[in-house]
Amino acid sequence: MELKFYHILIPFLPLIGFLINILLGKEVTRDKAHWPAILSVAGSWVCSLLALRDVMAGHIIDADLYTWILSGTFKVSVGFLIDPLTAVMLIVVTTCAMLIHIYAVGYMHGDTGYYRFFAYLNLFTFCMLMLVIGNNFLQLYFGWEGVGLCSYFLIGYYFNKKSAADAGKKAFIVNRFGDFGFGIGVFMIFLSFGTLHYSEVFSNVSVIIGQKVNFLGWIVDLPTLIALLLFCGAVGKSAQIPLHVWLPDAMEGPTPVSALIHAATMVTAGVFLVARCSPVFNLSEVAMNVVAVIGALTMFFAATIAIVQNDIKRIIAFSTCSHLGYMFLACGVGAYAAGIFHLYTHAFFKALLFLAAGSVIHAVHTNNIQEMGGLKKYLPITYAVFVIAGLSAGGFPGLSGFFSKDEIIWSAYAAHTPVGKFVWILALGGAFFTPFYTFRLIFLTFHGKYRGGHHEEHGHGAHHIHESPKVMTIPLMFLAVGAVAAGWIGIPPILGGGAQFTHFLEPVVGHPEFHGTHAEEWGVMALSTSLVFIGLGLAAFLYLRKTDLPDKIAKQFRILHNILYNKYYVDELYNYTIIRPTFWTAKKILVAITDAKIIEGIVNGVPGAIGLFSQSLRKVQTGLAQHYGIMMAAGAVFIIALVLLLR
Amino acid sequence: MLLSLAVFAIGVFGFLTRRNIILVLMSLELMLNAVNINLVAISHYMQDLRGQILALFIIAVAAAEAAIGLAIVIALFRNKATASVDEIKEMHG
Repeated sequence: MELKFYHILIPFLPLIGFLINILLGKEVTRDKAHWPAILSVAGSWVCSLLALRDVMAGHIIDADLYTWILSGTFKVSVGFLIDPLTAVMLIVVTTCAMLIHIYAVGYMHGDTGYYRFFAYLNLFTFCMLMLVIGNNFLQLYFGWEGVGLCSYFLIGYYFNKKSAADAGKKAFIVNRFGDFGFGIGVFMIFLSFGTLHYSEVFSNVSVIIGQKVNFLGWIVDLPTLIALLLFCGAVGKSAQIPLHVWLPDAMEGPTPVSALIHAATMVTAGVFLVARCSPVFNLSEVAMNVVAVIGALTMFFAATIAIVQNDIKRIIAFSTCSHLGYMFLACGVGAYAAGIFHLYTHAFFKALLFLAAGSVIHAVHTNNIQEMGGLKKYLPITYAVFVIAGLSAGGFPGLSGFFSKDEIIWSAYAAHTPVGKFVWILALGGAFFTPFYTFRLIFLTFHGKYRGGHHEEHGHGAHHIHESPKVMTIPLMFLAVGAVAAGWIGIPPILGGGAQFTHFLEPVVGHPEFHGTHAEEWGVMALSTSLVFIGLGLAAFLYLRKTDLPDKIAKQFRILHNILYNKYYVDELYNYTIIRPTFWTAKKILVAITDAKIIEGIVNGVPGAIGLFSQSLRKVQTGLAQHYGIMMAAGAVFIIALVLLLR
Repeated sequence: MLLSLAVFAIGVFGFLTRRNIILVLMSLELMLNAVNINLVAISHYMQDLRGQILALFIIAVAAAEAAIGLAIVIALFRNKATASVDEIKEMHG
């Protein structure tokens, strides 16, 4: 099918919105900056729906818009590839972006940088759409870096606050580690295939089977190398161990940003990358196992950290880490469709969790859940959607999260490999922890007594807390519908559904070879569901009934609590192994020696030497015409003598 | 030729040793005229009139040069009240 005009509009409408706000925001649009922003995103949402319709009708669009770079055999176009995978991503991105844009109208109301906020948000949407819609690796890379840049802008949006500015830098720098590997991966693909276009790479992917290549002195398997380098980028972007440290700090940004970038879209780009490159990953068992194990470990550790945190947004951030781990786990065992399915449902319930958390923060002006409590009666709508999102995230039967998470757990089991079994056990652990920490959060926030002490001191009682305006709560309700119902298009056959989602993606990511009886499938489902209920029940027991018990447990297992509370000391580890040595090298060697001695030595030395030379030379310039005459005469005599003597 | 050599040598010597700027200029004229004598002599010797034409040119140019030179000397003298080249060293580096 040919490229239609509305396909082109999908990414470029938000770009137009960005240009309007960045150029005219200060003078013209100002506190109406949300209009161009929301309208452009809504327009691209409509276009995405049209594109989805085309894809549902069986068309796949793969067309070049124009040639971007042409140099010898190296040719890269700006092109569009719209297949089922892209269509799903387009819907996820534009739907979430649109609802979050609307929500931001209320959340950012009265902010001095109102137009700037919407401009960045639009730019982000543009980059994200370019990332998913591109038909070659370079365009993917462009979008990849673009969203990273916007993430930096938006995390550091409150740039007056040092912690926010630092968090922005941290996110950017940590991502560079991953992107470096990703960049080399793209080079390796070009070296191996001579092209960067998906269709040409994936149709010839078998030529690299069994090839060995010398990489930094090691002889390694080429498919494994490429897959792992690409996965490097995914690890950075999707906040997987060991590059997960930036995501919790990224919560310094405004909450709509956390919802859009750090829950629904950007962080899932890594999963998209792995699914998009599934033909490459499928060639390498090692790479697949690495993906699965990294995903499972991240999922498990992030979930355990989330149990003891007190910052409402950080808990949800670790939850995001954990869910991204689930997605990678699914990709790692070959169930790409399950991973993308979870990406899709996760976008709804996690964006909802964040936005609801934003609504709470908006009301009580603190992030610390120990200072909340009993907010149920002040924020009824927020409470309702929070519970829905929490149930969905926790995998409560019947809601979106349940179907996608169950499919992942089942895939891990049914892969019948040692690694599959290992990650399956961790996944079951995650199934227990997720509802536990989510409902710990909900019970501490909404139940019990209000603990926000400092409000009373200033004469603001808890009765001053009020529900957010409609412009914020209506997007919440829409997302709540998504959190409940988005999963219904992927109900597995065993529960009477058609697993339409998986079939929809099959042309792109293939169908994994899973074996298992119905009895096993029921068993796995029952096991994970019972774990969900145990987690839920335990949270209710600890945080509703015996509210003094958690503190006692924390005292009892002080060491464990400290390890979890300090996030396994990964930040400290990086501080001592990377940041401190880097700063030491920078200060003591680079600044003190290289810069002060060598570079400044050269820079100051050259003019110094010239100055010295000219100092001696200027003595010749006496200003007396007769001295010059003597020089001339002497010179003439010398030359004549030379001519006469040498004749 | 010997005459011209002698005149040129006197000119160079005067140019380099005199302190009075007028004398320096006069030495300059001497040198130019030495060249003229040389040109005429060689032109006669070579049976070629071009040398004499060139000598006439030089006389004309020397006249102009002398006029400008003297004008500068007058301007200098008005400013500095001296005609000694040793004291005029504003171009000193």
